[in-house]
Amino acid sequence: MRQVAPVSIAGAPPGAPGTAKRSLIPARSLVLKLLSAVILFGAWEIAGRIPVSYAFPTFLESMAALFRMAADGTLWVAYAETLQPLAVGVAISAVLGIAIGLWVGLSNFFDWLFSPIFIVMQAAPLAALIPLLVLAYGIGLTSKVLVVCIMAMPVIVLNTASAVRNTPENLKEMAKAYLASDPAILTKIVIPAASPVIFAGLRLGVSAGFIGAILAELKITPTGVGDIITFSRSIADYPSMYAAIFSIILLAVLFLNLLEWIESVLFKGNQRGYVSD
Amino acid sequence: MAMSQTEPAVAETQAIPESAVSTRNITKFYGETEALRDLSLEFPRGQLTSLLGPSGCGKTTLLKIIAGLLEPTSGEVEVNGKTVTGPGPDRAFVFQDFALLPWASVLRNVAFGLEMRGAGKSEREAKAEHYIKQVGLAGFENAYPHELSGGMRQRVGLARALAVDSQVLLMDEPFSAVDEQTRRKFQEDLLALVLNENKTFIFVTHSIEEAVYVSDQIAILLPRPSRVHEIIRPSINRESGAANIRRDPEYLDIVDEIWASLRSYVE
Repeated sequence: MRQVAPVSIAGAPPGAPGTAKRSLIPARSLVLKLLSAVILFGAWEIAGRIPVSYAFPTFLESMAALFRMAADGTLWVAYAETLQPLAVGVAISAVLGIAIGLWVGLSNFFDWLFSPIFIVMQAAPLAALIPLLVLAYGIGLTSKVLVVCIMAMPVIVLNTASAVRNTPENLKEMAKAYLASDPAILTKIVIPAASPVIFAGLRLGVSAGFIGAILAELKITPTGVGDIITFSRSIADYPSMYAAIFSIILLAVLFLNLLEWIESVLFKGNQRGYVSD
Repeated sequence: MAMSQTEPAVAETQAIPESAVSTRNITKFYGETEALRDLSLEFPRGQLTSLLGPSGCGKTTLLKIIAGLLEPTSGEVEVNGKTVTGPGPDRAFVFQDFALLPWASVLRNVAFGLEMRGAGKSEREAKAEHYIKQVGLAGFENAYPHELSGGMRQRVGLARALAVDSQVLLMDEPFSAVDEQTRRKFQEDLLALVLNENKTFIFVTHSIEEAVYVSDQIAILLPRPSRVHEIIRPSINRESGAANIRRDPEYLDIVDEIWASLRSYVE
């Protein structure tokens, strides 16, 4: 469980900075990121050397295992497998999630129709439901994609819907006064105004999707990265096991950064906009 | 200009220009609450009319009904002889809280109305730049609203309204959210604007001094339910310079007179 933490930490900063001294932030936040990485890995190394448990390798051992797996190709083969349900599931969740979220946010009827489903999905103990999914959809890609979607979609839908519902009324009124059509109000007012919260939902959803992808491989059939984790544990090759876990977290962090970058390109004014208003 | 197409109702309001905007028997209910009752007003073309009254007297409601943003429960609004059914290209609105898009630059904010009217990018940006210059914000085209002071933000709101070149400018307490010095400068600029642009201004304010300073005609509204108490047409000589208006005896008399009739309605 401890391994999950860096993901949420890395996911948090984008909303937080941006108050004053804008020019200092990129440089300082990079230094801070490196510093926190050094502290984290240092603590890992020390904990591995004590050792806290014989099943807990040091940071350097894990990195060595990671490079070994990367060199002999095991890692790439595993990711080719894992990325399928992950990419498909995250893509479906993002596109469908935002679309449904817009709908739910704009119409009371769809709110009534869909919101409960996603609230239940979000609260459901997924691991316990996986046997049911396997029963219905088998052990193939479909089930795994579904697991990713069930993890990722609710937060995307619910965030998008609440962001849309909270579109500033005065901006909508302004658009109407300046003769905006309904589609123009949606694309020029509602979506840009909702975008920070939509992207916050996307970040949370994508993180959850990564968890879902690994969960599916651990619980349905051991393939890809999940297979490395399961197999390494069964033969007590703990460095490889932690290397696999580390690699998936690294991938998640990189992807979240990419998402952040996409947001800053698409909605340039936003990260500055709401600070003072 | 088509003088004759408006209703004979104009005749009863002395020898003033024909009306650009008329409201006829407007009644507005919010649920059970009656906000406006049977309110009829004429707004002379090319002049500035203030709607003045204590808070809660429905001035903003009336302005939004004229804008087409709210529907009256009964009665109708005519702009240039045409009945209002919704927002139209003949009216532009300046909002009390500016209502600028926080994610868009000054240039895009000012061009917003033109963009919604389907103007091409180069055309609307050229027009927007012209009006940004006119309101004194040249050099801030690429700034974002949060980088501007309150007064500058309202200048953006004003430029946006001017850029669509509507005949009627509706201003909802446009200066209430800016500081006193800026407000005085705005009022002077507004006088110049009324003089130079051949537009009809409808101006909501709760400041008696402001209303008397800028208006050709003041409609005093009284609350619960809102109705027109009195129409005053100050004949202050504004040619003598902005600084002299506040010393004009008529300016001072009218301010006192309005206060006398409003004071009993202020809790």
